[in-house]
Amino acid sequence: MDHFPTNWGRPRNDAWDPYATYPIHQRPNNAPKDAFADGVQRTQQPIVTGTSVLAIKFKDGVMMAADNLASYGSLARFRDIQRLHPVGNHTVLGAGGDMSDFQYLQMILDELMVDEFAAADGHALGPAEIHNYLSEVMYARRSKMNPLWNSLLVGGFKDGKSFLSYVDLLGTTYSASTLATGYGAYIAQPLLRRAVEGREHELTADQARKILEDSMRVLFYRDARSLDQYQLATITKDGVEITESRKLETTWDFAEGIRGYGAQTQ
Amino acid sequence: MFRNTYDSDNTVFSPQGRLHQVEYALEAVKQGSAAVGLRSKTHAILLALKRSTGELASYQQKMFRIDDHVGIAIAGLTSDARVLSNFMRQQAMSSRMIFNRPVPVNRLVGAIADKAQVNTQEYGRRPYGVGFLVIGQDQSGPHLYEFSPAGNSYEYYAMSIGARSQSAKTYLEKHYKTFDDCSLEDLVRHGLHALRETLQQDKELNINNTSIGILGPAATHETGVSGVGAFRILDGEKVKVFLDSMVPKETADAPAAAAAAAPAPAADEDVQMEG
Amino acid sequence: MAQQRQFNPYSNNGGTILAIAGSTFSVIAGDTRQTEGYNIQTRYAPKVFRLTDKAVLATNGFAADGNQFVKKVRQRLEWYRHAHSKEMPIRAIARLIQTMLYGRRFFPYYVYNILGGIEEDGSGAVYSFDPVGSYERETCRAAGAAQSLVQPFLDNQIYFKNQTPPPGQSFPAHLPLPTVLELVIDSFTSATERHIEVGDGLEMYIVLARDSGLQGLDGFQGVTEMGATPEGEKLFVLRRNLKRD
Repeated sequence: MDHFPTNWGRPRNDAWDPYATYPIHQRPNNAPKDAFADGVQRTQQPIVTGTSVLAIKFKDGVMMAADNLASYGSLARFRDIQRLHPVGNHTVLGAGGDMSDFQYLQMILDELMVDEFAAADGHALGPAEIHNYLSEVMYARRSKMNPLWNSLLVGGFKDGKSFLSYVDLLGTTYSASTLATGYGAYIAQPLLRRAVEGREHELTADQARKILEDSMRVLFYRDARSLDQYQLATITKDGVEITESRKLETTWDFAEGIRGYGAQTQ
Repeated sequence: MFRNTYDSDNTVFSPQGRLHQVEYALEAVKQGSAAVGLRSKTHAILLALKRSTGELASYQQKMFRIDDHVGIAIAGLTSDARVLSNFMRQQAMSSRMIFNRPVPVNRLVGAIADKAQVNTQEYGRRPYGVGFLVIGQDQSGPHLYEFSPAGNSYEYYAMSIGARSQSAKTYLEKHYKTFDDCSLEDLVRHGLHALRETLQQDKELNINNTSIGILGPAATHETGVSGVGAFRILDGEKVKVFLDSMVPKETADAPAAAAAAAPAPAADEDVQMEG
Repeated sequence: MAQQRQFNPYSNNGGTILAIAGSTFSVIAGDTRQTEGYNIQTRYAPKVFRLTDKAVLATNGFAADGNQFVKKVRQRLEWYRHAHSKEMPIRAIARLIQTMLYGRRFFPYYVYNILGGIEEDGSGAVYSFDPVGSYERETCRAAGAAQSLVQPFLDNQIYFKNQTPPPGQSFPAHLPLPTVLELVIDSFTSATERHIEVGDGLEMYIVLARDSGLQGLDGFQGVTEMGATPEGEKLFVLRRNLKRD
């Protein structure tokens, strides 16, 4: 059967038709390419997706944030999904993009960490090693034209050093003191850079938390695929801490004054 | 030549619970010329005695570089050693490729030990005819391991393998407690003294038959060594300084050690296959 | 025709690289900005890589391919070291890179490579490649986002194209190191002004031939020695800030 729900009908594909102007009968073409292609299907587009992940360095380590929403097109399908995943005692992986691919990554990383744990020789994998491993996995999959459809942030703290890096479905990698995936790259990244760049070694955990919270709030206001429920991960010398999901404080009373929002008075 | 009927297949136990083929493999290690390994807090070193097949031949390679942080010295069949060292190099490089980290030395030694073990159990195989001394460095400092064709690997403060290695072992057992705080120069001197014990009576160490492998910061006269001191093999002229630093045997409280070296097994003729 | 969306395995991450060979040195440079579309992904992602103490490779194009390619080249060089107990000479590295690139002729590394260093005869060398392995040895080459801005400038300043020497004189075949470094810095400052994908930082690797002294490198601030070969070639890196806007 066809495992791509977007080929069944609704919901429409927001990636190439953000304003729903395209006729609904136009479908991605997954026609068989050879005699055996029926038996194999590849991810051609994300289905259930997470939006932005944010991360910054601060004085004692790295802090990351991601909301709890997994969308199905424009439908807010799952509202209690965790997108920050601890890997060992020094690392957190945050994911945007396809959630099933992310869960697959969680699985292979968990297996990897079990193997490492079983070796029990004091050679723990740190964030840098895990990021390199992930970049190899992602690049290998893109090279098979069968990508894992994610943008990933790897944050960690080990041997006195902060680590923060990005890797995505193409295998592209980079690191910086502030990172944001998805919509966050457009909306939050400038805010994060203004707040963090040059102050990585001064910011306290409280300040870092405030910066992320403010950015998450802006994202919730502006990103239609976001949620006001989110989690924070803090990685310091004391290890990994991921909060319970928490709610953003937002105000909407200004909306009354916007023409076209509420009931029109004139 | 024959021991008994349990000789031909290494997967069959003798009634005494022994695998004769595996023991013969260990014998092949003893036929190879000696190698010595020792370590201090800062360095791990290897020393080996090279043999040549005759006046017209060059000396057999006894040491291999695996990675910047790992090196080995071998005793036994050089051809088997090349297969195993190639495998170790692959492991080391895939660790760098996949995790961007130097392979943990204990896992590397464990990997070849596991390979060797398979050969002691599966039908139609033969054990490797070579033993290794492996030195390596990681976060916890320098290490020395022995690998044997039986599929074992152990970590040591100091160790020797190969022909008449018992004499070197005797020397090392006598002095190993002082190695921890040795300078590189002193450590190499100890190593050379130990290696010297394995020589036949009329032979001595010279720049042609001695190899030194070093892991750790440079010696005072060494040039072109990076800060942390990647593994390097010294041959020829480069070992001269170290050879010159040796204390002549008569004065170096040698009587006991010399006595141990004296009953050298006769079966020490140089053989083409053996390094 | 139904709407088709096919996964595109490539991206372009901007930036520019440049290398110039002198008679006894080679300079290999690149900016450190990495972009995708209008986004600056990071202000520091190196595009210039030390291969040996006398060979440096600059990559430009799709960053993931570039990084992977450098890793693979380094592995091949390590096997060469294992087999021969010495570093691979640069002309051999150049041919190796051609073979590796052409090996992916039908799923290319989307990367423009420039290899710089010192030949076995002691001369400065620059080799430039296209993504599928065509290569040649040159005196200077720019590649990447601002290639079209920088290369004409180099043609004019290095090869003296469209210039006429004063009567009875001729142009030099090779320029001295300080002149070349100033040209590199000027190239990148100008490219930063006129191209949005260039900026943030400049990394210049300098390889000096054996027994050739410092060639005026001591007149530059902030030079770091990165290594030296047993034969005497020396490798340095020099960093400059570029505008971040």
